[in-house]
Amino acid sequence: MTAILFRNARIVEPASGVTPADLLVEDRTVSAIGPNLAAPEGARIIDANGRMLAPGLVDCGPFRADVEACAAGGITHAILMPDQSPPLDEPALVERAERLGKPTLWVRPLAAATQGLKGRRMAEIGLLQEAGAVGVATGRAAIADAAVMLRLLRYAAGLGLVTVAHAEDPGLTAGAVATEGDYATRLGLAAAPAIAEAMQVARDLRLAQEAGAAIHFACITTAEAIALIRAAQAQGQDVSAGTTPEAFMLNETAVSGYRSFARLSPPLRAESDRLAVRDGLADGTITIIASRHDPRTAEEKRQPFADAEPGAAGAATLLALSLTLVHDGLLPMHRLLELLSLAPARRFGLEAGSLAPGKPADLLLFRPDAPWRIDSGQLPGKGGNTPFDGLPVMGRIDMLLKGGEVVFG
Amino acid sequence: MAETLPAGVHPFPHPHLLAIEGLQPHEIRYLLDEADRWAEAGRQPRKHDDRLAGLTQINAFFESSTRTLLSFEIAGKRLGADVVNLMAGSSSLKKGETLLDTALTLNAMRPDVIVIRHESSGAVALIAEKVGCPVLNAGDGRHEHPTQALLDALTIRRRKGRIAGLRVAICGDILHSRVARSNFHLLTALGAEVRAVAPPTLMPANIECLGVTPFHRMDAGLEGADVVMMLRLQLERMDGAYVPSTREYFRHFGLTRARLEAAGPDVLVLHPGPMNRGVEIASDVADDIHRSAISEQVEMGVAVRMACLDILTRTRRGEWGAA
Repeated sequence: MTAILFRNARIVEPASGVTPADLLVEDRTVSAIGPNLAAPEGARIIDANGRMLAPGLVDCGPFRADVEACAAGGITHAILMPDQSPPLDEPALVERAERLGKPTLWVRPLAAATQGLKGRRMAEIGLLQEAGAVGVATGRAAIADAAVMLRLLRYAAGLGLVTVAHAEDPGLTAGAVATEGDYATRLGLAAAPAIAEAMQVARDLRLAQEAGAAIHFACITTAEAIALIRAAQAQGQDVSAGTTPEAFMLNETAVSGYRSFARLSPPLRAESDRLAVRDGLADGTITIIASRHDPRTAEEKRQPFADAEPGAAGAATLLALSLTLVHDGLLPMHRLLELLSLAPARRFGLEAGSLAPGKPADLLLFRPDAPWRIDSGQLPGKGGNTPFDGLPVMGRIDMLLKGGEVVFG
Repeated sequence: MAETLPAGVHPFPHPHLLAIEGLQPHEIRYLLDEADRWAEAGRQPRKHDDRLAGLTQINAFFESSTRTLLSFEIAGKRLGADVVNLMAGSSSLKKGETLLDTALTLNAMRPDVIVIRHESSGAVALIAEKVGCPVLNAGDGRHEHPTQALLDALTIRRRKGRIAGLRVAICGDILHSRVARSNFHLLTALGAEVRAVAPPTLMPANIECLGVTPFHRMDAGLEGADVVMMLRLQLERMDGAYVPSTREYFRHFGLTRARLEAAGPDVLVLHPGPMNRGVEIASDVADDIHRSAISEQVEMGVAVRMACLDILTRTRRGEWGAA
């Protein structure tokens, strides 16, 4: 296949930093990085003209393998949640999920922790792992029964799998659609206190410690939960945490006017929690930024707030929204790309997140300062349910390569 | 005040009545003044007025109701409108049609005003975006029930002569109550001192953000009150879920004659109905015609709804200047 030579790029290597260089792609892999590389015979030459060249993003925990949205969003790997229809609790379903996006999107499924994701009996995690599952996840809800969770953590640890946990106490959050506070009170929405997250994190951290298991909290949104995770990490526990652009960009005020596109799970929190999420990203407690891409139809979202399905479409806007952290000076560029690619790849054993010679040519060419406006009606992929409709953002993706092939741009 | 508005300014420039929150005090007073006139008219032998003749009023009740539906139906008919009722049980929502499709269907019938009750907070405002006629919120989830707050205020104003400066205690299941929320907004806007009295399990978080003072003990909450408004407690919430039992609730939060006497000399008792006698209110208190204005509330309900129907349909037709 044709070699591609990027000239005058700024190479973002998540583990180290940004350096100006040329990058050569040959035979589906990065073959060389350096100044003034010679173009092989017949190579396509792309003048990056100072644009950023980074590894394709690794989206940790989308609910749909939305190929079109991922390609437009610079995502080359999707670590798919098991909340599919039916849930990924059968080896054949995992194998099928893995093939969903090829060749443009590599889907790496998470196994359903329990049969039917009902939270009662363990699924065939070992067989699901053999079928290709890269981790095991409790799904959209936490496992209520501590005994079930402890056995799951022990069993998954025995297989060397990371357990992905949902951090909301199921009893406290039953029926709730918002965080307890001024806004829920004023709007008359059924609400759960924000401590529901810290309570679940506290329990699952303790259970994971007991089991000697690696645990990843899929989406952390509160100051108290972040403090618990920070303390556990300081003691050497194998715990990681993810969050979303919604959690570091929006707070509970976004639900006013019953905007059902802002109905999320976990729900939007107080401003102090949003700031704590930014602190947690800056100091490295939160290791992964994910879209939790959950496209919904207008019928599912254009409902009274409590009747609307939770979730937002986020794959196509993941990079631009996350770049606000760089533009705000909170994170350097390579650290942001680490949160978006290398960190989730390492956590779940994927070969991604680096541009070193010999690595797969999963490349993202983008202009971090190019402005555009998010338009829910124009989002690529399966759903336009973004709570960021109309927001001006910076960061345009010009091209995405998966295995040396152009899949976008 | 409405009378101090400059000439040519609309005293109620809103296309719908979806909530009390956001209304100006002079707009609320205008609604009450108009309702007062309809209350007088309602006591005449001939109650009929034909100003809504030829107009179609749909009462779309997605949550069951007896008294509010009846009140809106009577209000519409006294104004001469053709009133049609759509009840939840017979609606196609049960057949999987989305709420917005239902709204579009209703709109295609070309009604002139729609009255809506729905079990989800915010649902009525969502429908209002999709229809081309005035919408009246007859209760949406736990959010608001504006005509109930207006009829409560009208009853208080007629009995007490004013709202400003009164101390009003609203007692009971505040957490699940749209009546309480609308009343908080209305009474604080008109200058009353409002107290929320409930056990902690039935009190919303940060209730102070609505401008009211929370009390967890009935006697302290009622002290010096001019008006006591009792809220209905749904029986399914009293089996240990929110309070341990009916009898314990009545012991701690029931309105008895002794509590009423201790509260003050001339306390007015209100209840939005339907009452659970012996649960939140003692029968002798409910039936005391000097203290209880519960029947008058029902009467004022029709007057308030006539005023709202009249004002909103006149605005819609561009006839708001002519009273």
